[in-house]
Amino acid sequence: MANKIRVATTSLAGCFGCHMSFLDIDERMLQLVELVEFDRSPITDIEHCTNCDIGLIEGGVCNSENVHVLREFRANCKILVAVGACAINGGLPAMRNHITLEECLNEAYMDGIGVENPQIPSDIELPLLLDQVRPIHEVVKIDYFLPGCPPSADVFWKFLTDLIEGREPALPYELVHYD
Amino acid sequence: MKQFIQCIAENNQHQSTHLLKMLREIQDRYHYIPKDAIEQLSELLNIPRTQIISVVEFYSFFHLSPRGKYELLISDSITDHMLGKKNLLDYLAKILSVTVGEVREDGLVSLGNASCTGMCDQGPAGLVNGYALTRLDQPACDQIAALINQQKPLVEWPSELFQVDDNIYKSGLLLNQPYVQGAALRAMIDRGIKATLAEVDGSGLRGRGGAGFKTATKWKFCSEEPQTERYVVCNADEGEPGTFKDRVLLNSYTDQVFEGMAVCAAIIGARQGFLYLRGEYLHLHDKLERILEQRRQNGLLGTNIMGVGLDFDIEICLGAGAYICGEESALIESLEGKAGIPRNRPPYPVTQGYLGKPTVVNNVETFLAATGIAVNGGDWFASIGTEKSKGTKILSISGDCARPGIYEYPFGITVQTILNDCGAVDVLGIQVGGPSGTFISNQEFERKLAFEDLATGGSFIIFNSSRDILDMVNNFTHFFAHESCGFCTPCRVGTALLKKQLAKIVDGHGSAGDVVALEELCQLVKNHSHCGLGQTAANPILTTLERYPDLYHSRLKEISFEPGFDLDGALATARRLANRDDAGAHLAQTESEHE
Repeated sequence: MANKIRVATTSLAGCFGCHMSFLDIDERMLQLVELVEFDRSPITDIEHCTNCDIGLIEGGVCNSENVHVLREFRANCKILVAVGACAINGGLPAMRNHITLEECLNEAYMDGIGVENPQIPSDIELPLLLDQVRPIHEVVKIDYFLPGCPPSADVFWKFLTDLIEGREPALPYELVHYD
Repeated sequence: MKQFIQCIAENNQHQSTHLLKMLREIQDRYHYIPKDAIEQLSELLNIPRTQIISVVEFYSFFHLSPRGKYELLISDSITDHMLGKKNLLDYLAKILSVTVGEVREDGLVSLGNASCTGMCDQGPAGLVNGYALTRLDQPACDQIAALINQQKPLVEWPSELFQVDDNIYKSGLLLNQPYVQGAALRAMIDRGIKATLAEVDGSGLRGRGGAGFKTATKWKFCSEEPQTERYVVCNADEGEPGTFKDRVLLNSYTDQVFEGMAVCAAIIGARQGFLYLRGEYLHLHDKLERILEQRRQNGLLGTNIMGVGLDFDIEICLGAGAYICGEESALIESLEGKAGIPRNRPPYPVTQGYLGKPTVVNNVETFLAATGIAVNGGDWFASIGTEKSKGTKILSISGDCARPGIYEYPFGITVQTILNDCGAVDVLGIQVGGPSGTFISNQEFERKLAFEDLATGGSFIIFNSSRDILDMVNNFTHFFAHESCGFCTPCRVGTALLKKQLAKIVDGHGSAGDVVALEELCQLVKNHSHCGLGQTAANPILTTLERYPDLYHSRLKEISFEPGFDLDGALATARRLANRDDAGAHLAQTESEHE
């Protein structure tokens, strides 16, 4: 195939669980790489996105670096997809939204048990934390949402094959039924 | 306190159905519901502590932490806003030195917002320790602040502050009807109970709360239930913003309403009735009790009514600030002393209502009409109105017009006629039927009020061309998010998302896809919510989006996307704590700005 579909993936404030689940498509990965080429992704170690067809984003937005990465993906991907509970709703990291950022940082770096040389980290190399963890659709435009914690391998497979074969992606009830 | 709670529980026969009443007394005395009181009540009533806490948290007039000795709430209805509510609230906060939503340090006063208090024709309105305040202005606020700071008991406050007027500007069939106490019961007894139900049936009377179910059918279904313990409930939880007719009917047509309930009770075979009075109408409570007592003394309530062996009595139950309790099954839950969460239907209340027994729930105005029909017969009523909407409708008119108040019209009246009568000029549009109803534009004034065209529970809010429609939509959307009972996710989460997405557009952060996203969200909330609240919560957005799409689109930016919050501002805390202000410590609001 001359022009393979180009896919980029990343994890922002996530646990890489969605990526692990993606790998659970197992031997179908061989079929997939016949059709797609991976750009920026933990799978390839490519550092920056170039023109892509599909961007898969795991995790919510918790710091300024997440914002930059997300924008890079948006600027370079024709279709941007929120993958999993954290990207869609903020998920587990968003549990800190009920506590002020100042309290969080003080607990972690100043007052917490066992903290030595207490100080709030400050270095221009370090991204600053947002006061709240945000779902990614609050920061850039998102085209599709894949629910689940994590979305199952079959969800990834169904969604990607639909897109690659030119169908409007649709997830049957069995794939988004969790109990 | 122990003794006080013990006493309350005894006065209420340790019945958990009276929980709201007991909590009201505790809240009145301590200005909150103390933890110890909850523990003690839980033992005395033999119900779990968590059940009591859930009730306290559900109703906005109950609090788990202390409110001020004087609790001042200002009505947040759009009509109050149109009369200058916001400035007034800010002014009160300033002169009382209290933050809105909080209690002053000395514990003397707290200030907050209340959903529409039903004084839309005489606002800006408020409540002080539950009692209605009307026509607030700066001098009245000064006076109130002084009275509070002097710690004057409410009974010593000048009565003008609490003056509530009827403002009846146009009366028709029902409001003009002369009334002799007991006449409807007498007519029913003379005609026979079955024949009276036939008259109600022939009158074509439909429920006046807005849904319009045929009254005689409801009564007939209830009377045919095999269970013999049945109940009549008058729904006076008039919470739809812009509605206040029931307040006037209960104030000046009280006897007729009670008599309508008694007629219904005789027809369905009920011995007990309830008037569920919204907490905001506390000022009517003592008067209503007096009239009930008078009716008992005149042999129109109690045992052996009019000497024909009918037994029926009415108990008044006060709500505690929850719009959802206007939904009949939520109202019944509330009567049973629980949080007002709508039940699954079916079974409908006519088969399983109060305590699982067959129950008729009707609006105040429906019972008033029933009294008239019992006296004058069905034809008297059916001769007026349209084919499917018989009789008259009592409207609560407010907003931009010369004479806001109560108007009674035959069904089928055009909107334009109403506008002429109440002195409305330069009209931009009207919210018909309250926030859950429809917004109509000035191209639709030939439409008719009737179940066939514009159905309404009676709220009629007029907006002139100086008003911003999106302010109104924003107010209504906040109202629904505040009043969602929280039971089902599409409504609990959906109304909050609607509020957020609308704010994004109104505040100018919206871009190309945001109106579409808003509309999709509206459909989701509308189609998946458990009860009428969620199913209508998106109406203010949907009805205005349909009529004024340009209004929404004009607020959008010419870019593909912008976050709805201040991105750089979200880093402010981290910048301060890390003591940084370099370029990397900042974020541009949009990508294009960034590049």
